[in-house]
Amino acid sequence: MVKRVGADTHIHETSVVLAEEGFNVLLGTTLSGKTTLMQLMAGLERPSAGRVWFRGADVTGVPVQKRNAAMVYQQFINYPNFTVYENIASPLRIARVPRAQLDERVKRVAAMLKLTPVLQRRPTELSGGQQQRTALARALVKDADLVLLDEPLANLDFKLREELRDELPAFFAGRRATVVLATSDPVEALLLGGHTATLHQGRITQFGPTADVYRRPADLTTAQVFSNPPINTAPVTKRGETIALGDGVSWEARGAVKSLPDRTYTVGIRPHHIGPSPTVRGAAIDGRVQIAELSGSESVIHFSHGSLDWVSQSQGVHDAAVGETARFYIDVDRCLYFDGDGKLIAS
Amino acid sequence: MAKITLSDLRHSYQPVPQGDDDWALKHMAMEWSDGGAYALLGPSGCGKTTLLNIISGLVRPTEGRVLFDGVDLTEVPTERRRIAQVFQFPVVYDTMSVRDNLAFPLRNRGLAGPEVDAKVSEIARMLDLEGMLSRRASGLTADGKQKISLGRGLVRSDVNVIMLDEPLTVIDPHLKSQLRSKLKELHQRIARTMIYVTHDQTEALTFADQVVVMHQGEVVQVGSPVDLFERPRHTFVGHFIGSPGMNILPCELSGGVARVDGHAVPVDNAPPGAIEGRVEIGVRPEFVALAEEGDGLPVTVVRTSDAGRHRIVEVRLGEHRMKLLAGEGVTVPSGEARVRFDPGHTRLYADGWLVE
Repeated sequence: MVKRVGADTHIHETSVVLAEEGFNVLLGTTLSGKTTLMQLMAGLERPSAGRVWFRGADVTGVPVQKRNAAMVYQQFINYPNFTVYENIASPLRIARVPRAQLDERVKRVAAMLKLTPVLQRRPTELSGGQQQRTALARALVKDADLVLLDEPLANLDFKLREELRDELPAFFAGRRATVVLATSDPVEALLLGGHTATLHQGRITQFGPTADVYRRPADLTTAQVFSNPPINTAPVTKRGETIALGDGVSWEARGAVKSLPDRTYTVGIRPHHIGPSPTVRGAAIDGRVQIAELSGSESVIHFSHGSLDWVSQSQGVHDAAVGETARFYIDVDRCLYFDGDGKLIAS
Repeated sequence: MAKITLSDLRHSYQPVPQGDDDWALKHMAMEWSDGGAYALLGPSGCGKTTLLNIISGLVRPTEGRVLFDGVDLTEVPTERRRIAQVFQFPVVYDTMSVRDNLAFPLRNRGLAGPEVDAKVSEIARMLDLEGMLSRRASGLTADGKQKISLGRGLVRSDVNVIMLDEPLTVIDPHLKSQLRSKLKELHQRIARTMIYVTHDQTEALTFADQVVVMHQGEVVQVGSPVDLFERPRHTFVGHFIGSPGMNILPCELSGGVARVDGHAVPVDNAPPGAIEGRVEIGVRPEFVALAEEGDGLPVTVVRTSDAGRHRIVEVRLGEHRMKLLAGEGVTVPSGEARVRFDPGHTRLYADGWLVE
């Protein structure tokens, strides 16, 4: 499939088969093509070239009304003048579902989404989390074949996001719907599980079971898309049994890395593999602290070493004074090595 | 700059407050030292905006006094309190240049040209705005405009306190970290009293030396980021700060021994006598570990979610659920397992408050 708009290509030639009746995550930054891909799946947009298939049938050109798809957006969209009950019931009324069945389905979905106590209220009287649950309930009550969720948690408060992120996969477990969720948050993708497609500049860089894509990124771009805080990258030189990062930081090449030809590579080190506490096989690296971002139960420390900026992520709250020199330790057994083309060659 | 004293404050938006719920701000007394970096942290509706408005003079408290350096300003209007404010949305004069925006508060106060120029270039240098001083403010991005809002507060040397109300809301996520860093650096360089109001724990903990956590109109803890993580004074703090939040389990206390679901659990703060009220145990997922056979408490593993740097393991102890974190090399069993709480970080709470 390709999607061009005027002179711009929004989706470069892409082929992917999503997990049918499974949970699929599209992970990428703003403008990476997530929303465009969803619109193509929904039938809101037509591809410039290529076909879209759903459950074995070519649905390219089938309008959205005939696709039995449901969409939820980042901005909670509800009917402000309807009660929560009527909001949830609205797709069933349009489908002329008999009253008794409608009532039963609305109440079942409302119970699942903890909306029972507020069914007679209007959306504006609800918290942001309840409003988004109402929008989700309306999408779920339809029993759609395809459910598209475009950053549904992005506008929620942190604690509500945590709660809904926990609940979402369970809502869909045991249903026949194929679910596609777009997010720009790598941790959200990981916790939602299922399968993940990483997107970068209108291309899917990798698709597979979420944990596999995270742990074995095919290339540097995928590793970068799938890391927040950003993955540290640096040029390293392998010579014999030594990996040298320059400026006196080096470590022993072991395992698969040992048999790589001697030359220069790019090493990728996830922030949580650089910590402030000494480890058995940690390579020490000294840096000048730029800032310690404390998130409540973990610390993200930005520091500079040589000409490069580094990020360390560790459990617990460790404050570090801005401008001071601190020592960090790289977990060298968990580094990723990429060749000149950015392909993963050892981990 | 000034020391700020909040003396026995209470505020209600009702003309005649009756019950506890009528108070948007319950009783509070606090002293903020000159030059400190403070954050007011809490969810929407917790009372932090009410408190901010009381300090700035937009709201007159029902009870209590507001003092700057010991001088009672409770009745003094906002414009005479010498406060600089930065809001969610940048406030800039679009038709003026960046230079004129920064100079505006100084010229308003009748400062001489050379003095204005010197101040403006100093602040522009601190905020990395030097290259754009001649540009019109209307063409700047949100973060550029927000830097100007901040700069206008910083140029004034007569300011008692700089108040920042959710200042990074409209900033792109990838620029937030840079601005956070800038704010922190600025505070260290100019050492003015700053109060940062936010619902975002990362913003609050990253910026402030002392964080004031508010919940339902009440201050539940004032402490350093380390305190809030290591020693929450209220179960709300344990829940709200950290992800996942602290596990809170109902427990029974008899003869100085705390029991959860019938199992004795060593705690850091067992009192010699009985405790009044609802007793619970609080322990963060970071301080719960999988244990060897024969050790710890018997649990059932309900679910394991992979967060990359660790897995979040949800377990059931009797009818209670809780979470623990398992590091990358750790094998997580399915079904029956045993867990151990770190006794130094397992504490009793009575009606939500840490037993002290």
